[in-house]
Amino acid sequence: MAEDSWFDEDAGPLVRPFALTRGRTRPGRYDLDMITLVVAIGSHREPGREPEYARILAACQRPVSVAEVSATVDLPLVVVKVLLSDLIERGELLFRSPPRTVSPQTDRVVLQAVLDGVRNL
Amino acid sequence: MASATSEGPLLGQSALKVLVAGGFGVGKTTMVGAVSEIPPLRTEELLTEAGAGIDDITGLDRKTTTTVALDFGRITVNPELVLYLFGTPGQERFWFMWDELAAGALGAVVLADTRRLDSCFPAVDFFEHRGIPFVLAVNCFDGSPRYPVDEVREALDIDGPVPIVHCDVRAKDSSKEVLVTLLEHLVQRAEVGVLA
Repeated sequence: MAEDSWFDEDAGPLVRPFALTRGRTRPGRYDLDMITLVVAIGSHREPGREPEYARILAACQRPVSVAEVSATVDLPLVVVKVLLSDLIERGELLFRSPPRTVSPQTDRVVLQAVLDGVRNL
Repeated sequence: MASATSEGPLLGQSALKVLVAGGFGVGKTTMVGAVSEIPPLRTEELLTEAGAGIDDITGLDRKTTTTVALDFGRITVNPELVLYLFGTPGQERFWFMWDELAAGALGAVVLADTRRLDSCFPAVDFFEHRGIPFVLAVNCFDGSPRYPVDEVREALDIDGPVPIVHCDVRAKDSSKEVLVTLLEHLVQRAEVGVLA
């Protein structure tokens, strides 16, 4: 059964994911979460830019989460985090981590804001 | 480790997340899609797990990498806040290894299907053990038996404070009400200072 279905997408990507990151599996010194927000400040149209970086910069022309970038460029989160880290390192991308701890006392105001927002959907 | 740096006027937003969990085919992605402002997106993660098997007598560290997909949606709460809804992958044994998925989550919706009530047990256990607040939402499929909330609570042995509601995840208003119930529960906990 399994042997019969190795066509097209089932066969997996032609370029193994970690080839794009030159073997790196950790996003360097940046602590990127899947809901870390990122926004490009560099241009994705710069001539000579590597295609993966250009695609990523094109995907974050407005603030989006790491998960959205991953979905848009169709690469696994772990790979996207490495490539995003490179762009942060080069000063071509801003990022904002999610609030580190969710403590009920300090976050009541935030929770109430989320509740109000959802009620208004 | 650097974090929350590079923050500038371009990034005045911050993001929060809520998980939507439950057994396979219970309607997690449908619920995400019902309330999301964008069609649900799909992302993938590569998870590594130690190989476990009775034939593993070599003592070698056998690991396998698995691709796990999850669907998610987005709700812009206000200009400063974005809420992401992540539907946990159906293959439970994978998402339970996924620490980042649960870390920092405000809370969770556990979807249950009365025809297969036991399929939500693992998710209930997971959130109880991690101290992540959740609501139990019973998705009422066409023709599925509709049990009173008390009976569901008893059948699943759910603690008193955990809200239980009925819903139809295909309807935006119904899915929205489930989220409202979760957030009211979270605000209430915050008011009485319950430590997560």
